[in-house]
Amino acid sequence: MASTIRVRAIASGDTTQVQSLINHPMDSGFVKDSKGQIIPPHHIEVVEFEHAGKVVFTCLWGPAVSKDPYVKFSFKGGKKGDDLKVSWVDNKGQSDSTVAKIQ
Amino acid sequence: MRTRTMIRLAVILSAFGFAGTAFAASADDFKAAYAKAEAAEKGAAAVKNRWTATEATLKKAKAAADAGKFDDAVTLAQHAEALANASTAQAKEQEKLWPDAVVR
Amino acid sequence: MLRKTLIAVAILAGAAQPLLAAETASDPKADFKAFRDYFTNRFPKVALDDFVNGPYSMDEGLRKQWKAIDEFPPYDFVVDKGKQMFATPFKNGKTYGDCFANKGIGVRQDYPKFDAKTGQVITLDVALNQCREANGEKPFDYSKDDMAALTAYMAFTSRGKPMNIAIPNDPRALAAYTKGKEYFYTRRGQLNFSCASCHVQNPGNHIRTEVLAPALGIMNAMPIYRSTWGGMGTVSRRLQSCNSQVGGVPLPGESEEYRDVEYYLSYMANGLPISGPGTRP
Repeated sequence: MASTIRVRAIASGDTTQVQSLINHPMDSGFVKDSKGQIIPPHHIEVVEFEHAGKVVFTCLWGPAVSKDPYVKFSFKGGKKGDDLKVSWVDNKGQSDSTVAKIQ
Repeated sequence: MRTRTMIRLAVILSAFGFAGTAFAASADDFKAAYAKAEAAEKGAAAVKNRWTATEATLKKAKAAADAGKFDDAVTLAQHAEALANASTAQAKEQEKLWPDAVVR
Repeated sequence: MLRKTLIAVAILAGAAQPLLAAETASDPKADFKAFRDYFTNRFPKVALDDFVNGPYSMDEGLRKQWKAIDEFPPYDFVVDKGKQMFATPFKNGKTYGDCFANKGIGVRQDYPKFDAKTGQVITLDVALNQCREANGEKPFDYSKDDMAALTAYMAFTSRGKPMNIAIPNDPRALAAYTKGKEYFYTRRGQLNFSCASCHVQNPGNHIRTEVLAPALGIMNAMPIYRSTWGGMGTVSRRLQSCNSQVGGVPLPGESEEYRDVEYYLSYMANGLPISGPGTRP
């Protein structure tokens, strides 16, 4: 199955800029469907970005984050060719992860 | 002068009376008013120009009738009929007026 | 003096008649020039190809936000879904590619087309459903996600290609074009707006919190991923919501009126690049 995670990491000097787009419904649990029933909460709770065995960025998400979330950040370190691992877990225990090369 | 004012007053008052608010409306009154409104809306549908306000008012009229509030229901049905007629008039007018808006 | 005035009035009245009567027999080439000149004269600083970017060609702040989003467009997943759908064969083994020129890749800019056999305007969405039905599949709802994903993928394969709409030498095609033009300029709904009220009179201005797009090239970005919708929406969906937003009851998706107005607007945009699938607020 296709990965839910798109990631692009670009190293420049001693900093790496990371952008990531994650495919997820991010249902808050507050929205009703067309029949008036609450759509149960289904959202990512934790996203972790790992480089060289260390977690360089953690996202703690909840109902306030919208569908197909996009995140952009920079971290010190990382160079072209290094691996960057991205993984997420949601409130239903589902998860996905991917490894991308820093450009 | 007083006579003319009196006549005008009488005309205005009778117009209000004719609108059916002076006496309690019945279920039959509603059926008649609603049928007229539906017919007018059919006319708007024929020129593909129904308004959402008309549809909403028709629904409200039906809901009021279902709740036994026939005075309100009749007023709403008459309002829906007026809206439907306005939307039909808009379509007929626009058939002649649209060319004036074309960029040239 | 009175006689001279009467004659002058009579001449003017006589002269006014042809202008109105001419609208029932359009001259698409003349329309095209007038339409294009209107927008390029009103917005001299906008590059011709930029009009297809809708509100972003009108508002610098919005453009900056769009450029930032476009680094990782939200429609990425939808286009992927569309690609997958497009490649998946029907139950009878045939594919969408079998119904189109060039296997359906890079053809979006040729739609809508006038179909001489049926005398109807065929949009891309209609062509896709015709393909489905010809191969024993149920048609998709014109306003929902499946059609949006398919057309998003096909638009994506045509990115940058110039809009290429033909009006064949057929009075029925000219009539469809004229009906589309009529639909565009006709006021409707309780708010009494026409498409032109917003997209010809007020591009770049605000309607509530939105910046209005110019009508020139407005179809080139379709289908569009709208943040408001949280998803990709078809041409039908957009036209239907425009209708209801001015207080008019929308028509069924891909009704003749909708197809005709898409035909008109697409012809007006001939030569401008396909920018779809678009991202919009």
